[in-house]
Amino acid sequence: MKELIEFINNNLQITYIIILAIVVGVEVIKSIPAVLHTPLMSGANALSGVVIVGAILVMLHSDPKDYLALGLGFTAVVLGILNVVGGFAVTNRMLEMFKKKK
Amino acid sequence: MSVILSIIYLIATVTFIVGLKKLGHPDTAKSGNLIAAGGMIAAILGTIFIHDLQVPTIIYVLIGIAILLGSIMGWLIAIKVEMTKMPELVSLFNGFGGASAALIGIVEFGNSDIKTTSTTIIATILSAIVIGAITFSGSLIAWGKLNGSVKSVIKIPQYNIVNNLVIIGIITLATYVVVGNVDTPILLYALLAGGLVYGILFVLPIGGADMPVVISLLNSLTGIAAAITGVLYDNMVMLVGGILVGSAGIILTVAMCKAMNRTLFSVIFGSFTANVGPAGTNKALGSIKSTTASDSAIMMNYATNVVIVPGYGLAVAQAQHVIHELEELLTNKGVIVKYAIHPVAGRMPGHMNVLLAESNVEYSRLVEMEDINPQFNNTDVVLVVGANDVVNPAAHNDPSSPIYGMPILDVENAKHVIVNKRSMKAGYAGIENELFYNSKTSMLFGDAKKVLTDLVAELKNM
Repeated sequence: MKELIEFINNNLQITYIIILAIVVGVEVIKSIPAVLHTPLMSGANALSGVVIVGAILVMLHSDPKDYLALGLGFTAVVLGILNVVGGFAVTNRMLEMFKKKK
Repeated sequence: MSVILSIIYLIATVTFIVGLKKLGHPDTAKSGNLIAAGGMIAAILGTIFIHDLQVPTIIYVLIGIAILLGSIMGWLIAIKVEMTKMPELVSLFNGFGGASAALIGIVEFGNSDIKTTSTTIIATILSAIVIGAITFSGSLIAWGKLNGSVKSVIKIPQYNIVNNLVIIGIITLATYVVVGNVDTPILLYALLAGGLVYGILFVLPIGGADMPVVISLLNSLTGIAAAITGVLYDNMVMLVGGILVGSAGIILTVAMCKAMNRTLFSVIFGSFTANVGPAGTNKALGSIKSTTASDSAIMMNYATNVVIVPGYGLAVAQAQHVIHELEELLTNKGVIVKYAIHPVAGRMPGHMNVLLAESNVEYSRLVEMEDINPQFNNTDVVLVVGANDVVNPAAHNDPSSPIYGMPILDVENAKHVIVNKRSMKAGYAGIENELFYNSKTSMLFGDAKKVLTDLVAELKNM
């Protein structure tokens, strides 16, 4: 318990941000019509591709001679951007179909 | 970090929140998606170009190639895939995100000196690896189960115990590495392997009916993995973006569980199909009555109102266009036609709506379960196409049934029920459906597309 309080005290800003983000996430999603669950899941999935920012940071920080780190970073960027581009594109395709007729 | 980059991240974070919010309303959903995508592009470009590191050109070239490669692949998959394949695609993309997080964790573990790095950072790195690995392997299994390449529900004896042992092992090992400051790569790979194994074990025994819940849960986990890597780099856009996806994903998961009357706990720990023995009550259900396309067409032609209950069988047979044709034909003959959409029709909530929207079915004809159920009393004919468990009355009156308590469409209240199925095989939950033996029910066997095409042809001749 003491460690937890100490951790919160040392990382007050991050703790605030995490808790507020959780609240915002819950509030934003609450009471969504079932019709939109699939596109919403797909859109949220695209957002989780934000991990690509970390993958880019890995590559920027790595030594050009450290082939292992570079290779892993490269793969991470490819997979991350796949998640982002594929996710947004497929969500967009789904939503195109909801366009009002007439 | 430069002020400009911080501002870009802040704007990107706001676009994520606004985007998610707008995705929740049919009219604004499309713009919401584009806004969030715009924010993401800004965050990515900002990360690449705004920093004060000395980066050799070759690294930029490599980043460029990676982004180009991934974008082209992602784009091609996204525009080529059939709408019926949507759930597994979401699962696949999600797995990629998880893998990305795990790889970042591995590189960062290699970069950090365990003796000098704070325990918080080491714990963060390890959780990124484990959670990333779980979502990666779990999503791939979910993908495989949905597209049929991972076939049966594999039952490992005492799988709950095995599963829990694996997770306890992972936590113990991780604690050992963190507390003991151990810097052996073997342990890291053991953790990675443990995560991968757990992901497989976790998803493998879960029945197909529960798969949407699992995908949503894994999606939420990827968000958490992204948030954890965000903590690692003190990067706000990753942190907030990840947490948003994480918490939104959990809410969505719970909403889906509610729609199926399952608790999250029972989805994860008491797998649907694992508990169901061969049902012993099958015999006493009576006999079934089978009918023909022309009889069914006549019945619908002279009805005042018809309710269509589409299920996954419709999607599999790619019959969403034919059913729209049937609906238009009946409407022109003065029959009132509606679609009854169960919350989990198809393979994911809202999946059926997407499919029917694809074939231009009017939005207003799709009626949700709560609204259509009271109307079944006044319905002349219900046409069930490729749906089974969502119309199974056992959910109301058989406490021993595994789906007991699940909200269903009360089609048995209608005057006549026509059920199109390929065979008498049990549905996804693997249980008998007494509706098929009801005296009001006629079975119309055959592939959904073929049967519906026949119905359309018969109706045209009337």
